[in-house]
Amino acid sequence: MSETWKALKPYALITPQTLVFLLFLVFPILMIGVVSFWEFNGYSMTPAFTLANYQGILTDVTFKTYLNTFKFLGMVWLATLLIGYPVAYFLAFHVPKLEWQILLFLVCTIPFWTSNIIRMISWVPLLGREGLVNQMFMGVGLIQQPMEFLLYSDFAVVLGMVHLYIIFMIAPIFNSLMRIERSLVTAAEDLGASGLQVFKEVILPLSAPGIAIGSIFIVTLVMGEFVTVRLMGGGQSASVGKLIQTQIGSLQYPLAAANAIVLLAVTMLIIVSILRVLDIRKEL
Amino acid sequence: MGKFSRRQVIRTGLAAGAFLTATRCAAPSGTPNNPASGPQVNTNQSKDVTLRLIGTGVSQINDIRDKAQEDLGFKFDMRALSTEENNQIAITQPGQYDIFDGEYFSLPLVVPSGNLQPIDIKRITNYDKIVSFFRTGEFKGMPVEKSQGTAPFKVQYLTGADSKEFSDTPTDYATLIPFQYNADTLGYRPDLVGRTIESWGELFNEEFKGKTSILDIPQIGIMDAAMVAESLGLMTFADKGNMTKAEIDQIIEILKEQKANGQFRAFWKTFDESVNLMSSGEVVLQSMWSPAVTAVQSQGTECIYAPLKEGYRGWGGGIGLSKNLEGVNLDAAYEYINWMLDGWVGAFLGRQGYYSAAPETARKFMSTSEWDFWYEGKPAAEDIVDPFGKTLAKAGVSRDGGSFDERFGNIVCWNSTMEENTYLVQKWNEFIAS
Repeated sequence: MSETWKALKPYALITPQTLVFLLFLVFPILMIGVVSFWEFNGYSMTPAFTLANYQGILTDVTFKTYLNTFKFLGMVWLATLLIGYPVAYFLAFHVPKLEWQILLFLVCTIPFWTSNIIRMISWVPLLGREGLVNQMFMGVGLIQQPMEFLLYSDFAVVLGMVHLYIIFMIAPIFNSLMRIERSLVTAAEDLGASGLQVFKEVILPLSAPGIAIGSIFIVTLVMGEFVTVRLMGGGQSASVGKLIQTQIGSLQYPLAAANAIVLLAVTMLIIVSILRVLDIRKEL
Repeated sequence: MGKFSRRQVIRTGLAAGAFLTATRCAAPSGTPNNPASGPQVNTNQSKDVTLRLIGTGVSQINDIRDKAQEDLGFKFDMRALSTEENNQIAITQPGQYDIFDGEYFSLPLVVPSGNLQPIDIKRITNYDKIVSFFRTGEFKGMPVEKSQGTAPFKVQYLTGADSKEFSDTPTDYATLIPFQYNADTLGYRPDLVGRTIESWGELFNEEFKGKTSILDIPQIGIMDAAMVAESLGLMTFADKGNMTKAEIDQIIEILKEQKANGQFRAFWKTFDESVNLMSSGEVVLQSMWSPAVTAVQSQGTECIYAPLKEGYRGWGGGIGLSKNLEGVNLDAAYEYINWMLDGWVGAFLGRQGYYSAAPETARKFMSTSEWDFWYEGKPAAEDIVDPFGKTLAKAGVSRDGGSFDERFGNIVCWNSTMEENTYLVQKWNEFIAS
């Protein structure tokens, strides 16, 4: 009896979570997949098997929109990495006390304390035509005309997303930096490694899984992003998420579902390639 | 604090990260994926009835709910949604509402779903007091009679008691009873524009390069674009309200060109965005909704709702009954409609700048100076105050666009659902992606 229980226990333990996953993740995605093959006529869907929805999205528009989304992804990823890594490094190695590390880490979560809409609206007085930044530059005499690209542009979209998502890069990198055995650094130094060498040979490889996890967060968040793209891009920038949202708004569910499936596949592909390059298992 | 170990911190940190991710992913309450729950009512006493209303933010007004509860003795549960969510719920989740407050242009999508039950006109006391254009399509021989697009009259009637087909001629079965409606046009900041705007064509004027905006809702944005293109003679339409694929291609090309030239500052999707764009001065000229103009004005910023020589783009919203309504609840819903047409609501909406379905009844609840200002287009005899106590116009000022007849009569097109709706959305996405 107790032997059987021992064998069964792990399964019993994972059952609740598995059920939740099946019910609220796998099943809805399957439904989206099913609906993507349905027919629709503007206001209602009928179960069928048609490839028309997929043919309907294999157009220049979708292609261009994907390119644009990749562009955002690339820029946001690079910016969050270049800003996030030093921040995490500073937190992990240069802030001596754990209390301070925690406090400063919490400071990084501040962008999440306000609602999306408020956060986006508050950019206007800062970056707008008559915003603080423009007023400052014009006051100093650096520019004569307000800089329009600060708001409602691709620049603004990337800025908005970096501001929002950088914590997802900082957290896992900070986490993996904290796990690095400090004696390794000492050992490297004892063997005569320079600061740069220590970083290159010891710290960077050991924090790579953190970068990978952070990158996965950024990929999944940016690929599906539509709120920031709309609000910061002033509605003039396109992303796959926004494309899907417009279709849902116009009740074109099967088209939107087909788009969602393609987006899911593309995103999974990126994540799989990240995982092939870096092993994150030891991090979990 | 001193008791933290590194391991604990790592664990908490990861948990916090997971929590942040989880909260980011949750659909906000009230969206179709996560509908706010409404109470269920199963009783025979009307005082225990709760009617669940869905509608857009501009129509779900707490003051109206409170007054209705007081006068009628039963309860109302209102949900304010975006135009898109409103239609989605109307079509896909009929169990979520008793009364649908939606726009006429959404009816070609909502009615075929069979989720609305026809309103029995014989039970509506003041039906004959409703503005004639809604009932018969006639309005003093003015241009609105020939207006293009989904004009309310075209979708006002159904052919029978359980029909899903629109009737071209009046019957006893109505789809909606009009609630709010208005004539939309361009709004502008006179202080930043520096002159009077008199034509839709000005939206593409190089003078305002990088300072204009249109709506990013395909079905409405395309109508504004069409008004502009027609006004500039860039193209003509057989029927703006029902464009052909070739016409959609052509107008989208024009829009793309304007976008590439940097004509637009931003596109907006919600009421608040349009107010924000205008009051911050990011945009000086854009298509607007009348309460948005009022909202800009109430912040102390001058904003004019321009009467344009080509005419207005009309919109209308009304109240429809869910097919789930029956028995006492259905009776209560009819009581509500009759109460709505009784005048108090009409006067309330009138003070916000909308028009009442039945102006005659609303007049009883308005002062002479209010009536003269809002409906007759006369200069205000005294300060005009909105229902929330804000002064909208000082004595001596007249309403933009003049009297009810002048404004409503000059509507030349309506927000539309076209036959080529799917194609339109596809091309609209192309425009955004360009």
